[in-house]
Amino acid sequence: MSLIEISSVHAGYGGAPILNGIDIAIDSTDIAVIVGPNGAGKSTILKAIFGLVTVSQGMIRFGGKEITNAEPDRLVPMGLGFVPQEFNVFTSMSVQENLEMGAYIRRDDFSDTMHSVYAMFPDLQEKRRQRAGELSGGQRQMVAMGRALMSKPKLLLLDEPSAGLSPIYMNQVFDHIKKVNANGVAILMVEQNARHALGFATRGFVISNGQNRFTGTGKALLEDPHVARSFLGG
Amino acid sequence: MNELAFFINNVLVAGMVLGCVYALGAIGVTLIFGILRFAHFAHGDMMTMGAFVAFVLASLVATFGIQTAWPTGFIVLPLALPITAALALVIDRLVYRPLRDAGAKGVTLLIASIGVTLMIQGLIRLLFGTSNRSFFETDPKQLFRLTLPFEGAQRPITLSEPQILLVVVTVLAVIALHLFLTRSRLGKGMRAMADNPDLARVSGINTRQVIRATWIIAGALACLAGTMLALDVSLKPDLAFNIVLPIFAAAIVGGLGHAYGAIAGGFLVGFAETLAVFNWTVLLRPFRDAIPWGLPADLSLVPTDYKLTVAFIILVVVLLFRPTGIFRGAST
Repeated sequence: MSLIEISSVHAGYGGAPILNGIDIAIDSTDIAVIVGPNGAGKSTILKAIFGLVTVSQGMIRFGGKEITNAEPDRLVPMGLGFVPQEFNVFTSMSVQENLEMGAYIRRDDFSDTMHSVYAMFPDLQEKRRQRAGELSGGQRQMVAMGRALMSKPKLLLLDEPSAGLSPIYMNQVFDHIKKVNANGVAILMVEQNARHALGFATRGFVISNGQNRFTGTGKALLEDPHVARSFLGG
Repeated sequence: MNELAFFINNVLVAGMVLGCVYALGAIGVTLIFGILRFAHFAHGDMMTMGAFVAFVLASLVATFGIQTAWPTGFIVLPLALPITAALALVIDRLVYRPLRDAGAKGVTLLIASIGVTLMIQGLIRLLFGTSNRSFFETDPKQLFRLTLPFEGAQRPITLSEPQILLVVVTVLAVIALHLFLTRSRLGKGMRAMADNPDLARVSGINTRQVIRATWIIAGALACLAGTMLALDVSLKPDLAFNIVLPIFAAAIVGGLGHAYGAIAGGFLVGFAETLAVFNWTVLLRPFRDAIPWGLPADLSLVPTDYKLTVAFIILVVVLLFRPTGIFRGAST
Protein backbone atom coordinates (compact mmCIF):
# COMPACT_ATOMS: atom_id res chain seq x y z
CA MET A 1 0.00 0.00 0.00
CA SER A 2 1.25 3.48 -0.81
CA LEU A 3 2.12 5.85 2.04
CA ILE A 4 0.29 8.68 0.36
CA GLU A 5 -2.20 8.42 -2.44
CA ILE A 6 -3.56 11.41 -4.29
CA SER A 7 -6.30 10.43 -6.67
CA SER A 8 -7.76 12.74 -9.33
CA VAL A 9 -7.50 15.81 -7.12
CA HIS A 10 -8.93 19.12 -8.26
CA ALA A 11 -7.98 22.10 -6.14
CA GLY A 12 -7.56 25.86 -6.21
CA TYR A 13 -7.92 29.12 -4.33
CA GLY A 14 -11.61 29.54 -5.05
CA GLY A 15 -11.39 30.84 -8.62
CA ALA A 16 -10.48 28.64 -11.57
CA PRO A 17 -9.01 25.36 -10.29
CA ILE A 18 -5.23 25.08 -10.47
CA LEU A 19 -5.12 21.31 -10.22
CA ASN A 20 -7.29 19.39 -12.69
CA GLY A 21 -7.10 15.76 -11.68
CA ILE A 22 -3.71 15.01 -10.20
CA ASP A 23 -2.67 11.43 -9.38
CA ILE A 24 0.34 10.80 -7.20
CA ALA A 25 1.22 7.75 -5.12
CA ILE A 26 4.46 7.17 -3.29
CA ASP A 27 5.83 4.55 -0.91
CA SER A 28 7.41 5.05 2.47
CA THR A 29 10.95 4.73 1.10
CA ASP A 30 10.59 7.03 -1.89
CA ILE A 31 12.22 10.30 -2.79
CA ALA A 32 9.59 11.70 -5.13
CA VAL A 33 10.13 14.82 -7.19
CA ILE A 34 7.48 16.92 -8.88
CA VAL A 35 8.79 18.90 -11.84
CA GLY A 36 7.16 20.99 -14.51
CA PRO A 37 7.01 24.49 -15.97
CA ASN A 38 6.25 27.59 -13.91
CA GLY A 39 2.61 27.89 -13.02
CA ALA A 40 1.93 24.20 -13.57
CA GLY A 41 0.58 23.84 -10.05
CA LYS A 42 3.51 22.00 -8.49
CA SER A 43 3.48 23.86 -5.18
CA THR A 44 -0.31 23.75 -5.13
CA ILE A 45 -0.12 19.95 -4.93
CA LEU A 46 1.83 20.20 -1.68
CA LYS A 47 -0.55 22.84 -0.35
CA ALA A 48 -3.54 20.69 -1.25
CA ILE A 49 -2.07 17.78 0.69
CA PHE A 50 -1.46 20.04 3.67
CA GLY A 51 -4.93 21.53 3.72
CA LEU A 52 -3.74 25.00 2.69
CA VAL A 53 -5.83 25.11 -0.49
CA THR A 54 -9.27 23.62 -0.85
CA VAL A 55 -9.64 20.30 -2.63
CA SER A 56 -12.90 20.43 -4.58
CA GLN A 57 -12.81 16.94 -6.09
CA GLY A 58 -10.82 13.80 -5.59
CA MET A 59 -9.32 12.20 -2.54
CA ILE A 60 -6.08 12.21 -0.57
CA ARG A 61 -5.21 9.26 1.64
CA PHE A 62 -2.25 9.06 3.99
CA GLY A 63 -1.35 5.76 5.64
CA GLY A 64 -4.75 4.40 4.65
CA LYS A 65 -6.73 7.27 6.24
CA GLU A 66 -8.51 9.92 4.27
CA ILE A 67 -7.01 13.37 4.87
CA THR A 68 -8.71 15.41 2.14
CA ASN A 69 -8.95 19.04 3.35
CA ALA A 70 -7.70 18.16 6.85
CA GLU A 71 -6.17 20.96 8.95
CA PRO A 72 -2.40 21.01 9.59
CA ASP A 73 -2.82 20.50 13.34
CA ARG A 74 -4.36 17.12 12.55
CA LEU A 75 -1.87 16.23 9.79
CA VAL A 76 1.33 16.93 11.71
CA PRO A 77 0.54 14.43 14.51
CA MET A 78 -0.29 11.85 11.80
CA GLY A 79 3.25 12.10 10.45
CA LEU A 80 3.23 14.75 7.76
CA GLY A 81 5.81 17.53 7.71
CA PHE A 82 5.87 20.55 5.42
CA VAL A 83 8.74 22.90 4.59
CA PRO A 84 7.38 25.92 2.70
CA GLN A 85 9.51 27.58 0.06
CA GLU A 86 9.66 31.04 1.60
CA PHE A 87 9.34 32.42 5.11
CA ASN A 88 10.06 28.96 6.43
CA VAL A 89 11.78 29.91 9.69
CA PHE A 90 10.64 31.94 12.71
CA THR A 91 13.11 34.79 12.17
CA SER A 92 12.76 36.38 15.61
CA MET A 93 13.29 33.09 17.46
CA SER A 94 16.51 31.22 18.12
CA VAL A 95 17.49 28.13 16.12
CA GLN A 96 16.73 25.99 19.17
CA GLU A 97 13.29 27.58 19.59
CA ASN A 98 12.57 27.00 15.90
CA LEU A 99 13.23 23.32 16.42
CA GLU A 100 11.07 23.30 19.56
CA MET A 101 8.20 24.75 17.53
CA GLY A 102 8.55 21.81 15.14
CA ALA A 103 7.96 19.55 18.14
CA TYR A 104 5.01 21.63 19.40
CA ILE A 105 2.54 18.80 18.92
CA ARG A 106 4.69 16.35 20.87
CA ARG A 107 4.04 16.03 24.58
CA ASP A 108 6.82 13.47 25.08
CA ASP A 109 10.51 14.14 25.61
CA PHE A 110 11.92 15.20 22.25
CA SER A 111 15.55 15.74 23.22
CA ASP A 112 16.59 12.62 21.29
CA THR A 113 15.07 13.99 18.09
CA MET A 114 16.77 17.32 18.72
CA HIS A 115 20.14 15.54 19.12
CA SER A 116 19.64 13.67 15.87
CA VAL A 117 18.68 16.89 14.05
CA TYR A 118 21.81 18.58 15.41
CA ALA A 119 23.83 15.53 14.41
CA MET A 120 22.49 15.89 10.89
CA PHE A 121 23.10 19.66 10.78
CA PRO A 122 26.19 20.30 12.94
CA ASP A 123 26.22 23.98 11.84
CA LEU A 124 22.93 24.49 13.65
CA GLN A 125 24.21 23.14 16.93
CA GLU A 126 26.85 25.86 16.93
CA LYS A 127 24.29 28.55 16.18
CA ARG A 128 21.47 27.22 18.32
CA ARG A 129 21.21 30.40 20.41
CA GLN A 130 21.35 32.69 17.38
CA ARG A 131 18.18 34.11 15.90
CA ALA A 132 17.17 32.26 12.75
CA GLY A 133 16.74 35.58 10.91
CA GLU A 134 20.48 36.19 11.20
CA LEU A 135 21.44 33.00 9.36
CA SER A 136 22.43 32.56 5.70
CA GLY A 137 19.99 31.15 3.15
CA GLY A 138 21.50 27.68 3.28
CA GLN A 139 21.48 27.59 7.06
CA ARG A 140 17.87 28.78 7.15
CA GLN A 141 16.94 25.91 4.87
CA MET A 142 18.57 23.55 7.38
CA VAL A 143 16.60 25.15 10.23
CA ALA A 144 13.41 24.78 8.18
CA MET A 145 14.09 21.11 7.49
CA GLY A 146 15.20 20.50 11.06
CA ARG A 147 12.00 22.13 12.33
CA ALA A 148 9.87 19.87 10.16
CA LEU A 149 11.83 16.76 11.25
CA MET A 150 11.20 17.49 14.94
CA SER A 151 7.67 16.09 14.67
CA LYS A 152 9.17 12.80 13.43
CA PRO A 153 7.28 12.81 10.13
CA LYS A 154 6.81 9.75 7.96
CA LEU A 155 6.53 11.98 4.91
CA LEU A 156 8.27 15.29 4.40
CA LEU A 157 6.90 17.74 1.84
CA LEU A 158 9.52 20.17 0.54
CA ASP A 159 8.62 23.13 -1.64
CA GLU A 160 11.62 24.06 -3.80
CA PRO A 161 14.26 23.47 -1.14
CA SER A 162 17.05 24.74 -3.40
CA ALA A 163 15.34 28.00 -4.44
CA GLY A 164 17.66 30.98 -4.15
CA LEU A 165 20.65 28.95 -3.02
CA SER A 166 24.09 28.97 -4.61
CA PRO A 167 25.14 25.68 -6.33
CA ILE A 168 27.31 24.63 -3.36
CA TYR A 169 24.45 25.07 -0.90
CA MET A 170 22.08 23.39 -3.33
CA ASN A 171 24.20 20.25 -3.36
CA GLN A 172 24.39 20.40 0.42
CA VAL A 173 20.62 20.64 0.74
CA PHE A 174 20.12 17.74 -1.67
CA ASP A 175 22.64 15.67 0.30
CA HIS A 176 20.67 16.41 3.46
CA ILE A 177 17.45 15.36 1.78
CA LYS A 178 19.02 12.05 0.76
CA LYS A 179 20.25 11.59 4.33
CA VAL A 180 16.78 12.28 5.75
CA ASN A 181 15.33 9.76 3.34
CA ALA A 182 17.96 7.18 4.29
CA ASN A 183 16.75 7.61 7.89
CA GLY A 184 13.35 6.33 6.87
CA VAL A 185 11.41 9.46 5.91
CA ALA A 186 9.63 9.52 2.58
CA ILE A 187 10.21 12.72 0.60
CA LEU A 188 7.86 14.51 -1.76
CA MET A 189 9.46 17.63 -3.16
CA VAL A 190 8.85 20.25 -5.80
CA GLU A 191 12.02 21.27 -7.59
CA GLN A 192 13.07 23.73 -10.27
CA ASN A 193 16.43 22.08 -10.83
CA ALA A 194 14.65 19.23 -12.54
CA ARG A 195 17.65 17.39 -14.02
CA HIS A 196 19.56 17.45 -10.79
CA ALA A 197 16.62 16.34 -8.65
CA LEU A 198 15.43 13.61 -11.01
CA GLY A 199 19.00 12.28 -10.90
CA PHE A 200 18.44 10.96 -7.38
CA ALA A 201 14.65 10.63 -7.30
CA THR A 202 13.11 7.18 -7.03
CA ARG A 203 9.90 8.59 -8.47
CA GLY A 204 9.29 11.55 -10.71
CA PHE A 205 6.10 13.32 -11.70
CA VAL A 206 6.02 15.73 -14.60
CA ILE A 207 3.11 18.14 -14.21
CA SER A 208 1.79 20.82 -16.51
CA ASN A 209 -1.47 22.78 -16.51
CA GLY A 210 -2.49 21.05 -13.30
CA GLN A 211 -2.38 17.58 -14.83
CA ASN A 212 0.01 14.64 -14.86
CA ARG A 213 2.11 14.43 -18.03
CA PHE A 214 4.69 11.75 -17.28
CA THR A 215 5.33 9.48 -14.34
CA GLY A 216 8.24 7.13 -13.77
CA THR A 217 11.48 6.66 -11.91
CA GLY A 218 13.77 9.68 -12.00
CA LYS A 219 16.16 7.86 -14.29
CA ALA A 220 13.44 6.80 -16.72
CA LEU A 221 12.12 10.36 -16.98
CA LEU A 222 15.61 11.74 -17.61
CA GLU A 223 16.09 9.25 -20.44
CA ASP A 224 12.66 9.78 -21.99
CA PRO A 225 13.16 11.95 -25.11
CA HIS A 226 9.63 13.43 -24.84
CA VAL A 227 10.21 14.60 -21.31
CA ALA A 228 13.62 15.96 -22.22
CA ARG A 229 12.30 17.88 -25.21
CA SER A 230 9.21 19.37 -23.57
CA PHE A 231 10.24 19.89 -19.98
CA LEU A 232 13.97 19.68 -19.47
CA GLY A 233 15.06 22.03 -22.22
CA GLY A 234 16.30 19.44 -24.78
CA MET B 1 14.97 71.36 48.14
CA ASN B 2 11.20 71.63 48.17
CA GLU B 3 11.41 72.20 44.47
CA LEU B 4 13.24 68.91 44.00
CA ALA B 5 10.61 67.03 45.99
CA PHE B 6 7.95 68.72 43.86
CA PHE B 7 9.78 67.57 40.73
CA ILE B 8 10.05 63.99 42.02
CA ASN B 9 6.36 63.90 42.96
CA ASN B 10 5.09 65.40 39.76
CA VAL B 11 7.45 63.92 37.21
CA LEU B 12 9.12 60.77 38.51
CA VAL B 13 6.35 59.34 40.67
CA ALA B 14 3.53 60.41 38.36
CA GLY B 15 5.46 59.23 35.28
CA MET B 16 6.17 55.90 36.91
CA VAL B 17 2.49 55.39 37.74
CA LEU B 18 1.34 56.40 34.27
CA GLY B 19 4.10 54.32 32.68
CA CYS B 20 2.98 51.20 34.57
CA VAL B 21 -0.65 51.63 33.50
CA TYR B 22 0.31 52.37 29.89
CA ALA B 23 2.75 49.45 29.80
CA LEU B 24 0.19 46.94 31.11
CA GLY B 25 -2.37 48.19 28.58
CA ALA B 26 0.12 48.32 25.72
CA ILE B 27 1.29 44.74 26.32
CA GLY B 28 -2.29 43.59 25.76
CA VAL B 29 -2.70 45.72 22.64
CA THR B 30 0.60 44.53 21.21
CA LEU B 31 -0.06 40.83 21.95
CA ILE B 32 -3.50 41.01 20.36
CA PHE B 33 -2.04 42.76 17.35
CA GLY B 34 0.78 40.24 17.03
CA ILE B 35 -1.49 37.21 17.19
CA LEU B 36 -4.81 38.40 15.76
CA ARG B 37 -3.49 41.14 13.47
CA PHE B 38 -5.87 43.89 14.42
CA ALA B 39 -5.80 47.03 16.54
CA HIS B 40 -7.97 46.24 19.53
CA PHE B 41 -9.58 49.61 20.06
CA ALA B 42 -11.76 48.34 22.91
CA HIS B 43 -8.73 47.62 25.06
CA GLY B 44 -9.20 50.71 27.20
CA ASP B 45 -12.75 49.66 27.92
CA MET B 46 -11.59 46.17 28.74
CA MET B 47 -9.48 47.85 31.42
CA THR B 48 -12.49 49.80 32.68
CA MET B 49 -14.54 46.61 32.63
CA GLY B 50 -11.87 44.86 34.71
CA ALA B 51 -11.91 47.73 37.20
CA PHE B 52 -15.69 47.46 37.55
CA VAL B 53 -15.43 43.69 38.05
CA ALA B 54 -12.98 44.38 40.86
CA PHE B 55 -15.29 47.11 42.20
CA VAL B 56 -18.29 44.77 42.36
CA LEU B 57 -16.20 42.12 44.10
CA ALA B 58 -14.79 44.70 46.52
CA SER B 59 -18.30 45.94 47.33
CA LEU B 60 -19.39 42.36 48.01
CA VAL B 61 -16.42 41.81 50.28
CA ALA B 62 -17.19 45.08 52.05
CA THR B 63 -20.84 44.15 52.67
CA PHE B 64 -19.59 41.08 54.52
CA GLY B 65 -17.72 43.51 56.69
CA ILE B 66 -14.34 42.07 55.80
CA GLN B 67 -11.50 44.56 56.07
CA THR B 68 -7.81 43.96 55.79
CA ALA B 69 -4.66 46.03 55.95
CA TRP B 70 -4.63 46.08 52.14
CA PRO B 71 -7.01 48.01 49.88
CA THR B 72 -10.04 45.81 49.24
CA GLY B 73 -9.86 46.47 45.50
CA PHE B 74 -6.40 44.95 45.53
CA ILE B 75 -7.38 41.95 47.66
CA VAL B 76 -10.07 40.86 45.17
CA LEU B 77 -7.67 40.88 42.18
CA PRO B 78 -7.03 37.10 42.23
CA LEU B 79 -10.74 36.70 41.50
CA ALA B 80 -11.19 39.76 39.27
CA LEU B 81 -8.36 38.76 36.87
CA PRO B 82 -9.84 35.39 35.82
CA ILE B 83 -13.35 36.88 35.59
CA THR B 84 -12.15 39.63 33.25
CA ALA B 85 -10.11 37.10 31.25
CA ALA B 86 -13.27 34.99 30.90
CA LEU B 87 -15.24 38.06 29.77
CA ALA B 88 -12.54 38.76 27.18
CA LEU B 89 -12.95 35.19 25.91
CA VAL B 90 -16.72 35.65 25.73
CA ILE B 91 -16.32 38.87 23.73
CA ASP B 92 -13.95 37.07 21.36
CA ARG B 93 -16.35 34.17 20.98
CA LEU B 94 -19.34 36.42 20.29
CA VAL B 95 -17.76 39.19 18.22
CA TYR B 96 -14.28 38.56 16.87
CA ARG B 97 -14.25 34.81 16.23
CA PRO B 98 -17.26 34.76 13.87
CA LEU B 99 -15.58 37.54 11.89
CA ARG B 100 -12.24 35.71 11.85
CA ASP B 101 -13.90 32.51 10.67
CA ALA B 102 -15.57 34.47 7.88
CA GLY B 103 -12.12 35.67 6.80
CA ALA B 104 -12.63 39.30 7.84
CA LYS B 105 -9.72 41.70 7.41
CA GLY B 106 -8.00 43.57 10.24
CA VAL B 107 -9.89 46.76 9.45
CA THR B 108 -13.23 44.99 9.89
CA LEU B 109 -12.12 43.67 13.27
CA LEU B 110 -10.93 47.15 14.25
CA ILE B 111 -14.36 48.58 13.46
CA ALA B 112 -15.96 45.71 15.38
CA SER B 113 -13.79 46.59 18.36
CA ILE B 114 -15.06 50.17 18.22
CA GLY B 115 -18.52 48.65 18.48
CA VAL B 116 -17.34 46.65 21.50
CA THR B 117 -16.09 49.91 23.04
CA LEU B 118 -19.54 51.43 22.72
CA MET B 119 -21.22 48.32 24.10
CA ILE B 120 -18.96 48.01 27.14
CA GLN B 121 -19.28 51.71 27.95
CA GLY B 122 -23.03 51.60 27.44
CA LEU B 123 -23.42 48.54 29.65
CA ILE B 124 -21.31 50.07 32.40
CA ARG B 125 -23.35 53.28 32.34
CA LEU B 126 -26.55 51.25 32.34
CA LEU B 127 -25.51 49.14 35.31
CA PHE B 128 -23.51 51.59 37.40
CA GLY B 129 -24.53 55.05 36.24
CA THR B 130 -22.18 57.79 35.17
CA SER B 131 -20.92 58.99 38.54
CA ASN B 132 -17.36 58.81 39.80
CA ARG B 133 -16.83 56.08 42.35
CA SER B 134 -14.07 55.43 44.78
CA PHE B 135 -12.61 52.21 46.07
CA PHE B 136 -11.84 54.08 49.26
CA GLU B 137 -15.25 55.02 50.61
CA THR B 138 -14.77 53.08 53.81
CA ASP B 139 -11.07 52.50 54.25
CA PRO B 140 -8.83 55.54 53.85
CA LYS B 141 -6.03 55.61 51.29
CA GLN B 142 -2.72 55.16 53.00
CA LEU B 143 0.00 57.65 52.13
CA PHE B 144 3.71 57.26 52.56
CA ARG B 145 5.75 60.42 53.00
CA LEU B 146 9.48 60.38 52.55
CA THR B 147 11.35 63.47 53.59
CA LEU B 148 14.40 64.22 51.49
CA PRO B 149 17.58 63.90 53.52
CA PHE B 150 18.59 67.52 52.94
CA GLU B 151 18.57 70.49 55.20
CA GLY B 152 15.51 72.68 54.82
CA ALA B 153 13.52 70.02 53.03
CA GLN B 154 9.93 70.41 54.16
CA ARG B 155 7.90 69.05 51.30
CA PRO B 156 8.02 65.24 51.39
CA ILE B 157 7.95 62.82 48.50
CA THR B 158 4.44 61.39 48.60
CA LEU B 159 3.51 57.91 47.46
CA SER B 160 0.11 56.35 47.99
CA GLU B 161 -0.31 52.69 48.80
CA PRO B 162 -2.01 51.90 45.44
CA GLN B 163 0.87 53.55 43.61
CA ILE B 164 3.44 51.38 45.34
CA LEU B 165 1.31 48.30 44.75
CA LEU B 166 0.92 49.25 41.09
CA VAL B 167 4.67 49.42 40.55
CA VAL B 168 5.29 46.14 42.40
CA VAL B 169 2.48 44.36 40.57
CA THR B 170 3.65 45.67 37.17
CA VAL B 171 7.19 44.43 37.79
CA LEU B 172 5.84 41.02 38.82
CA ALA B 173 3.51 40.85 35.81
CA VAL B 174 6.32 41.73 33.42
CA ILE B 175 8.62 39.09 34.92
CA ALA B 176 5.85 36.49 34.77
CA LEU B 177 5.10 37.40 31.15
CA HIS B 178 8.78 37.21 30.24
CA LEU B 179 9.09 33.74 31.77
CA PHE B 180 5.88 32.64 30.05
CA LEU B 181 7.01 33.85 26.62
CA THR B 182 10.55 32.47 26.81
CA ARG B 183 10.16 29.29 28.88
CA SER B 184 6.73 27.77 28.31
CA ARG B 185 5.62 25.80 25.29
CA LEU B 186 2.45 27.84 24.86
CA GLY B 187 4.34 31.13 25.28
CA LYS B 188 6.84 30.16 22.62
CA GLY B 189 3.94 29.10 20.41
CA MET B 190 2.50 32.61 20.87
CA ARG B 191 5.78 34.17 19.78
CA ALA B 192 5.94 31.78 16.82
CA MET B 193 2.43 32.74 15.74
CA ALA B 194 3.20 36.44 16.05
CA ASP B 195 6.39 35.90 14.04
CA ASN B 196 4.96 33.83 11.19
CA PRO B 197 1.32 32.70 11.42
CA ASP B 198 1.43 30.48 8.32
CA LEU B 199 4.51 28.62 9.47
CA ALA B 200 3.03 28.28 12.96
CA ARG B 201 0.01 26.65 11.38
CA VAL B 202 1.99 24.17 9.28
CA SER B 203 4.09 23.33 12.35
CA GLY B 204 0.88 22.00 13.87
CA ILE B 205 0.60 24.76 16.48
CA ASN B 206 -2.99 24.90 17.69
CA THR B 207 -3.86 28.45 16.68
CA ARG B 208 -7.19 28.50 18.54
CA GLN B 209 -5.43 27.61 21.76
CA VAL B 210 -2.88 30.37 21.19
CA ILE B 211 -5.66 32.87 20.53
CA ARG B 212 -7.40 31.85 23.76
CA ALA B 213 -4.16 32.30 25.69
CA THR B 214 -3.74 35.74 24.15
CA TRP B 215 -7.18 36.89 25.31
CA ILE B 216 -6.66 35.45 28.77
CA ILE B 217 -3.36 37.31 29.20
CA ALA B 218 -4.60 40.54 27.62
CA GLY B 219 -7.83 40.42 29.66
CA ALA B 220 -6.04 39.74 32.94
CA LEU B 221 -3.47 42.48 32.36
CA ALA B 222 -6.26 44.88 31.37
CA CYS B 223 -8.08 44.12 34.62
CA LEU B 224 -4.87 44.65 36.56
CA ALA B 225 -4.13 47.97 34.89
CA GLY B 226 -7.72 49.20 35.13
CA THR B 227 -8.15 48.29 38.78
CA MET B 228 -4.82 49.77 39.83
CA LEU B 229 -5.61 52.94 37.88
CA ALA B 230 -9.03 53.16 39.53
CA LEU B 231 -7.42 52.65 42.94
CA ASP B 232 -5.01 55.48 42.21
CA VAL B 233 -7.58 57.95 40.87
CA SER B 234 -11.27 57.06 40.81
CA LEU B 235 -13.61 54.75 38.95
CA LYS B 236 -15.76 56.07 36.11
CA PRO B 237 -17.23 54.62 32.91
CA ASP B 238 -14.65 56.29 30.66
CA LEU B 239 -11.76 55.64 33.05
CA ALA B 240 -9.45 53.99 30.53
CA PHE B 241 -11.14 55.02 27.30
CA ASN B 242 -9.47 58.38 27.91
CA ILE B 243 -6.02 56.81 27.84
CA VAL B 244 -6.48 54.47 24.91
CA LEU B 245 -4.52 56.89 22.70
CA PRO B 246 -1.34 56.92 24.82
CA ILE B 247 -1.65 53.15 25.18
CA PHE B 248 -1.72 52.69 21.42
CA ALA B 249 1.11 55.21 21.10
CA ALA B 250 3.13 53.13 23.56
CA ALA B 251 2.44 49.89 21.67
CA ILE B 252 3.29 51.45 18.30
CA VAL B 253 6.37 53.26 19.59
CA GLY B 254 7.63 49.97 21.01
CA GLY B 255 6.96 48.16 17.75
CA LEU B 256 3.60 46.43 17.39
CA GLY B 257 3.71 42.77 18.28
CA HIS B 258 6.74 43.31 20.50
CA ALA B 259 5.89 42.78 24.20
CA TYR B 260 9.11 44.28 25.57
CA GLY B 261 8.78 47.21 23.22
CA ALA B 262 5.32 47.87 24.64
CA ILE B 263 6.74 48.07 28.16
CA ALA B 264 9.49 50.46 27.07
CA GLY B 265 6.96 52.45 25.04
CA GLY B 266 4.61 52.66 28.02
CA PHE B 267 7.23 54.19 30.27
CA LEU B 268 8.53 56.43 27.49
CA VAL B 269 5.08 57.89 26.88
CA GLY B 270 4.33 58.09 30.62
CA PHE B 271 7.48 60.02 31.50
CA ALA B 272 7.26 62.15 28.37
CA GLU B 273 3.76 63.27 29.40
CA THR B 274 4.73 64.20 32.94
CA LEU B 275 7.93 65.91 31.78
CA ALA B 276 6.07 67.88 29.14
CA VAL B 277 3.40 69.24 31.47
CA PHE B 278 5.82 69.96 34.32
CA ASN B 279 6.28 73.63 35.07
CA TRP B 280 10.05 74.02 34.88
CA THR B 281 9.85 77.43 36.54
CA VAL B 282 9.53 75.60 39.84
CA LEU B 283 12.96 74.04 39.47
CA LEU B 284 14.53 77.32 38.40
CA ARG B 285 12.99 79.31 41.26
CA PRO B 286 16.03 78.95 43.59
CA PHE B 287 18.15 80.60 40.90
CA ARG B 288 15.74 83.41 40.11
CA ASP B 289 18.13 86.14 41.33
CA ALA B 290 20.76 84.98 38.88
CA ILE B 291 18.46 85.36 35.91
CA PRO B 292 18.58 89.04 34.84
CA TRP B 293 15.43 89.03 32.73
CA GLY B 294 13.32 87.45 35.45
CA LEU B 295 11.58 84.11 35.58
CA PRO B 296 8.43 83.48 33.57
CA ALA B 297 5.49 82.16 35.55
CA ASP B 298 4.98 79.04 33.46
CA LEU B 299 7.72 77.15 31.67
CA SER B 300 5.88 73.92 30.93
CA LEU B 301 6.18 72.62 27.36
CA VAL B 302 2.51 71.72 27.10
CA PRO B 303 -0.45 72.94 29.16
CA THR B 304 -1.84 70.16 31.36
CA ASP B 305 -5.11 70.09 29.44
CA TYR B 306 -3.21 69.15 26.30
CA LYS B 307 -1.32 66.26 27.87
CA LEU B 308 -2.76 63.83 25.32
CA THR B 309 -0.97 65.61 22.47
CA VAL B 310 2.35 64.44 23.90
CA ALA B 311 1.52 60.84 23.01
CA PHE B 312 0.54 62.01 19.55
CA ILE B 313 3.77 63.92 19.01
CA ILE B 314 5.89 60.96 20.13
CA LEU B 315 3.89 58.72 17.83
CA VAL B 316 4.37 61.01 14.82
CA VAL B 317 8.09 61.46 15.45
CA VAL B 318 8.72 57.74 15.89
CA LEU B 319 6.68 56.86 12.82
CA LEU B 320 8.64 59.42 10.78
CA PHE B 321 12.10 58.31 11.83
CA ARG B 322 11.63 54.67 12.80
CA PRO B 323 8.39 53.46 11.23
CA THR B 324 8.60 49.97 12.73
CA GLY B 325 8.95 51.28 16.27
CA ILE B 326 11.95 51.41 18.59
CA PHE B 327 12.13 47.65 18.51
CA ARG B 328 11.29 46.20 15.15
CA GLY B 329 7.66 45.10 15.31
CA ALA B 330 5.32 43.01 13.27
CA SER B 331 4.26 44.55 10.00
CA THR B 332 0.64 45.01 9.10
